[in-house]
Amino acid sequence: MKKKGVKGTNWVLTVILLICCLTVFFPLYMTVIIAFKQPSEMTNNVAGALAFPSSWSFSNFAEAMEVTDFWHSLGNSLLITVIAIAGAIILHSIGGYAIGRNMTKKKGYRWIYYYIVSGMFVPFAILMMPLVKQTAQLGIANRAGVILLYIVFYMPINIMLYTGYLKNIPLAMEEAAEIDGATTWVAFKKVIFPMMKPMHATVAVLTALGTWNDVMTPLVIMSGTGQTTLPLAQLNFQTQFGTNYNLAFASYLLALIPILIFYVVCQKQIIGGIANGAVKG
Amino acid sequence: MKTKKAMSHKDKTFLAMIIPVVVLFFAFNTLPLIKGAIYSFTNYRGYGSYDWVGFRNYIDLFTDIRVGNSYLFTFKYAIAGTILVNVLSLMLAIGLCSKIRCKSFLRGVYFVPNILGGLIVGYIFSFIFTYILPAAGEALNIGFLQNSILADERYAWIGVLIVGVWQAAAMNTIIYISGIQTVPADIYEAGMIDGANAWQTFRKLTLPMLMPFVSINLVLSTKNLLMVFDQIMSLTKGGPAQSTESISYLIYKNGMDGGQFGFQSANAVLFFVVIVTISIIQMKLTSRKEEQL
Repeated sequence: MKKKGVKGTNWVLTVILLICCLTVFFPLYMTVIIAFKQPSEMTNNVAGALAFPSSWSFSNFAEAMEVTDFWHSLGNSLLITVIAIAGAIILHSIGGYAIGRNMTKKKGYRWIYYYIVSGMFVPFAILMMPLVKQTAQLGIANRAGVILLYIVFYMPINIMLYTGYLKNIPLAMEEAAEIDGATTWVAFKKVIFPMMKPMHATVAVLTALGTWNDVMTPLVIMSGTGQTTLPLAQLNFQTQFGTNYNLAFASYLLALIPILIFYVVCQKQIIGGIANGAVKG
Repeated sequence: MKTKKAMSHKDKTFLAMIIPVVVLFFAFNTLPLIKGAIYSFTNYRGYGSYDWVGFRNYIDLFTDIRVGNSYLFTFKYAIAGTILVNVLSLMLAIGLCSKIRCKSFLRGVYFVPNILGGLIVGYIFSFIFTYILPAAGEALNIGFLQNSILADERYAWIGVLIVGVWQAAAMNTIIYISGIQTVPADIYEAGMIDGANAWQTFRKLTLPMLMPFVSINLVLSTKNLLMVFDQIMSLTKGGPAQSTESISYLIYKNGMDGGQFGFQSANAVLFFVVIVTISIIQMKLTSRKEEQL
């Protein structure tokens, strides 16, 4: 493989990889096709599901939007994801900074680091039932509670990433600012926080993908509020879709479109952000 | 004197920075963990009064057939999944790092499954397994495809596995790609001068250099596959005949709605211990391999 590669383009491999792309495109193609069809076109053979619809009509989408209260769910998903990302970036970079600058000299901070990072191995399943009680008691069994929980759940990985990244930022950076009379806070805000930009991108991407697609947390925490997120709406309206797959797939497609658009626009940042996290972590 | 005062001021700032983080983490991670552990010693149903039952729940866990089956399914799924995911994504990563055309397009496409939510992906594949594959089986006269694999106790787990691997491989591929890019090119040149073939290059050069990334990927994929939930929810709901009931799904289902809050808390504690143990073993094993280098 490598030998051939040195000489020039490996066409065989290119073709194989392009063909294997079908494993990704086929489910998406099928989703689009079924979403545009009418139930009467769904005959019992492969062609019935996969052939082009006789007319491209948006009626399924209109109905799906109505049935699943699409704009409302989309708004909730956006609200939760955006605030969780902002909270994670601010709180976790501050925490990562405090830990990263002290953990080599002070035992306490080193313990805090291991304490928080070990949280990565706590499955949601064990926290789920007590958290349902706890959020209800605190009156945050709602969107606010879900946001707060996401900020806590992504703390281990994000603190690890920020602390690791801080090793690349020399102490001299903030010392220079402090000689000029800046306090530690100001030095962090004006010097370190902007320098952590590549890690902010990674943290934003990881937190965004995790929270946007998560079903379990809103399912158990927000079930009493009547509010839904985009994925949760698909779960809640399964019975309404019944055997009308065209309506269901229109709804799935609507739920997939926002993240697909986001991915197409920010593909470089997303893949770069994850690669960055893997190398630094 | 002055410097000492400045130092302590700085330390105070650091404390002010770290305390909210620790308090939040304790309140919404450690505290519920402790509460869960406490509930595991009770017969709490999720409502009403409850009594202490000592280790009763833990003893019952080992005789409960449904719990046993959920562990069997989850392990079968996670082991097969981890192997498949890592083999596929390593192959894909090497392919995507070779001299090919449309490189960035291909890398972009292969990552798509990871950005889509497990629940919706599950619904889409559920249609493929229930209608497309049987119809294709009928048309091509392939016997075992003619019924939905999700409706068959013996094969339903394979359906869940296909979806899980389809999604997880995307993430691991990106991590392997970034690993391959850290391997300096002159190593390969040296290998070529020594006359190494493709397999030898991979076995003796690429793989040892990639060991830290294999380690990350093994731990990540095993942990995520062990916690499978969304795909179960949308593909099988644990069926048929509870053959695809994952541990997370069982804890959710019987703990939240089934009146087994205490018993499933014990199950969750056991699950936590299992995950930590497996992760530690994996990290120990792979780090030893790294040192041998």
